[in-house]
Amino acid sequence: MNGWSALERFLRTDPSDVGCAEAMELLHIYAELAAAGAPVEERYPGVAAHLRACGPCGEDFEGLLAAVRGEAH
Amino acid sequence: MTEQIAAVAGPDVDSAEWLRVLAGTGPQREEGLARLHALLLRIARAEVARRGPRLRLTGPELDDLAYQAAADALIAITSKLGQFRGESRFTTWAYKFVIFEVSTKIGRHFWRHPSVPFDAEDWERLPDRFGFDPAREAEWRDLVVALRRAVDEELTTRQRRVFVALVLNGVPLDALVIELASNRNAIYKTLFDARRKLRAALAANGYIGDDGWRR
Repeated sequence: MNGWSALERFLRTDPSDVGCAEAMELLHIYAELAAAGAPVEERYPGVAAHLRACGPCGEDFEGLLAAVRGEAH
Repeated sequence: MTEQIAAVAGPDVDSAEWLRVLAGTGPQREEGLARLHALLLRIARAEVARRGPRLRLTGPELDDLAYQAAADALIAITSKLGQFRGESRFTTWAYKFVIFEVSTKIGRHFWRHPSVPFDAEDWERLPDRFGFDPAREAEWRDLVVALRRAVDEELTTRQRRVFVALVLNGVPLDALVIELASNRNAIYKTLFDARRKLRAALAANGYIGDDGWRR
């Protein structure tokens, strides 16, 4: 990614983004559905938008997803 | 925007058993707490190992962080058992607490060895923060000058402070939460509003449109 696209991505905001508080509230539901292969981005588009934009919440999601998947194996 | 959660009939059998044991008393509860702590510690260790390569933490520090995260998560979970509504497995809900504890503790750890003060203002860093190629400065110089002007003229004092810490100085968001005695949601919202203002300012000055940059 070059400077132009990185800056454009930084400046782009999604009005459907629910923010950290709501994403964190729903994260266990979202991660479990995602681990099961459910169309979670369609079911929770605002959470999906947030996880794409927020590094820390995205990191927590990846960690929780790994934990749920690890438990399943 | 608030997203609707599907109605649930109640916790699954395993989750109901966790609730029964942890809400009980005596040796059975103690055994349940030990079992949950072991699970949380396993998840915490896996999570610090997953994030470890990107952190300036050594093996013993990582393990100490995992122990602290598991212990604090166990306290949080037992005090919030009544909030579990059965929308996921109990263990998934519990793992969320330990993942959040790992994030918080990594944020605290940042301030033990900060690479730069959170409020330092070295604007020469700005192009590098977004990965602009120094060899092509002639192409992006005006844009970066306009961006900095928009930061100065459009942002509130708090938005500017958050922009400087997160973008210019690369302070992790969870570390800034601690420094400003705030929370993740508030800091994110502050930066979200700042991003919108900066884009609007660059659009008003003809640098960017709905379909991208005007070069």
